[in-house]
Amino acid sequence: MAGILVYVLAKDGEFNKNSLGAISEAASVVGSIGGEAAAVVVGGDIADDKLATLGNYGATKVYKVDGPEGVAQPAVDAMAKVMNDNGIEIALFGGGLLGLEIGAGLTARLDAGVTMEVTGIKSEGGRIIVERPVLQDSQIVDVAFNGKAVIVGRLNAFEPKETGGSAAVEPVSVEFSEFSLKAELVTRGEQRGADVNIEDADILVAGGRGLGEADNFKLAEDLADSLGGAVAATRAVVDAGWYPYAAQIGQTGKTVAPKLYLAAGISGAIQHKVGMQASENIVAINKDPNAPIFEFSDLGVVGDLHKIVPKLTEAIKAKKGA
Amino acid sequence: MKIAVLVKEVPDAAVEKRIDPASKRLDRSGEKNLNPFDTHAIEAAMQLREGGAVQVDEIVAVTMGPDSSKSALTKAVSLGADRSVQLTDDALAGSDVNATGYALAKVLESESPDLILLGQQSDDGECYAVGAVVADHLKMPSLTQVIKLDASGDTLTCERQAEYGYDTVKVTLPAVISVGDAINEPRYPSLKAIMGAKKKPLETKSAGDVGIEAGKVGEAGSKTEVLGLNPPPAKAGGELIADADDDIDGTVSKIVSWLDERKLI
Ligand SMILES: Cc1cc2nc3c(=O)[nH]c(=O)nc-3n(C[C@H](O)[C@H](O)[C@H](O)COP(=O)(O)OP(=O)(O)OC[C@H]3O[C@@H](n4cnc5c(N)ncnc54)[C@H](O)[C@@H]3O)c2cc1C
Ligand SMILES: Nc1ncnc2c1ncn2[C@@H]1O[C@H](COP(=O)(O)O)[C@@H](O)[C@H]1O
Repeated sequence: MAGILVYVLAKDGEFNKNSLGAISEAASVVGSIGGEAAAVVVGGDIADDKLATLGNYGATKVYKVDGPEGVAQPAVDAMAKVMNDNGIEIALFGGGLLGLEIGAGLTARLDAGVTMEVTGIKSEGGRIIVERPVLQDSQIVDVAFNGKAVIVGRLNAFEPKETGGSAAVEPVSVEFSEFSLKAELVTRGEQRGADVNIEDADILVAGGRGLGEADNFKLAEDLADSLGGAVAATRAVVDAGWYPYAAQIGQTGKTVAPKLYLAAGISGAIQHKVGMQASENIVAINKDPNAPIFEFSDLGVVGDLHKIVPKLTEAIKAKKGA
Repeated sequence: MKIAVLVKEVPDAAVEKRIDPASKRLDRSGEKNLNPFDTHAIEAAMQLREGGAVQVDEIVAVTMGPDSSKSALTKAVSLGADRSVQLTDDALAGSDVNATGYALAKVLESESPDLILLGQQSDDGECYAVGAVVADHLKMPSLTQVIKLDASGDTLTCERQAEYGYDTVKVTLPAVISVGDAINEPRYPSLKAIMGAKKKPLETKSAGDVGIEAGKVGEAGSKTEVLGLNPPPAKAGGELIADADDDIDGTVSKIVSWLDERKLI
């Protein structure tokens, strides 16, 4: 009646970094509750020797399930079966979108408790307790579970740690529920817009909905040029088609940590923050003094970006020319 | 087809949200409003009705909440729902995500909609989860964060952004779909719609009315327990230029020197 089962997300045969972090986290807490840190991979195109490498992050066993990838409900069927057959009562997910969906479905299926956005896991007297920041990170609640537990981590909360080792791979055949097969992936991972490179930039100027319209990204681009940096974006503006997906920072985008992250017209939602909070210097320009981004910026500027950014660009150019 | 839209009453955005240290639940006093994320779900239902690709016979707004949550339903009706259903019962107070999803699934069973729409998140709970919980209880396919929704016959073609970019997923009805806030720009209700909303049918149901097992809901039926509250680790406060617009040139030179001091220029 013990152990932790970690869902491992994969695409094109590569494991997701947040899933690897979740395995390491499971391995480090499982000792205090007993049992092993196991992983489950739903897909079918990953070779056993590759699956065994999950042992390098602390998994002792990998359950492999042949089934549809990239949709949640078949993974709910798979995880419920593995947990019921093996007496596992805790499921763990790294941050992301599918983890939230699978975790929620599994909660209903197992009649479990669920906590999402978890940033830490501890144990007291053999009982698992998780930490979850709430209300825009202004408070952290400690949550315990009565019975089975589903824990969904916050993006980048758990770091992958390579410990060496190899996991035993065990195939599991799962009979999927009829309704689980009624959401079918047609295409996956379409990249919308140009393929820009933001990961290598020391300086990023990020634009959000506060820019007002697609054309105003020119303001961010000019400022980035003057600083010798690149331009990043929020999901809100990517979904609106203002800027390419490849420039998106956050939960379903990229994680960056440049020397300077200058955010213009960005509210600072948690899903954005998780992708950039490790930046060395964060400067925010936002006209709303209550914008959450001011809670974690090093220099906050409460004002209209349309007035400030063009002049800032000129001033930086002048400074550099001097 | 019949569409049910799940809506929730939440503290108004202007109210500073806090957790009551005694009950360890969200302090729900103060001004309340319809969860802004749910207005996108109502709008999505309206656009399906107006789009003409499928025939939408009825849009029903459904909530679970205290007596006051009627006003969220009235607002949902002013935005386009034809009628509404309120599940309200003292036994439901303190329900966690799983208990809430179970209770909503029970009230939805009594409506048997073809499509259930939700918002991407509740502004207070921020769990992003209720849709998938409801779907599993109802044994329906589900998808969250959908930003494009096309209906044809009993098939929905949905687009959404997941971990690796945009996915396109085909979903067979009946289904549970949570929409992302980029799916549409919700309309403002007309004065006539606001005035008329109170006259549209609002049905109130208790837990017993929809066959909810008492032991599965409320604080007792919840599987999570909040043990305590802690402040986040203290972080060195950042600098703030509070009224930047009053002196743009001054602001700009402050930003430049700040960057310069840190060798960022
Ligand atoms: C599961 C999930 C995954 C998500 N993944 C991501 C992700 O990967 N990345 C991401 O960014 N988001 C993500 N989001 C969305 C996220 O929650 C926010 O909705 C988004 O980050 C908001 O973008 P924004 O700051 O551009 O827009 P808004 O929140 O609308 O903020 C715009 C800001 O601009 C300010 N403003 C307006 N006009 C001006 C002006 N003239 N001058 C100065 N300031 C101005 C406003 O005060 C406001 O604060 C995700 C959400 C969910 C639920
Ligand atoms: N008590 C409730 N009554 C009706 N709908 C709800 C309730 N709680 C959550 N929802 C719906 O579920 C969505 C996601 O909420 P959450 O999972 O709490 O972030 C919301 O946008 C609503 O559409």
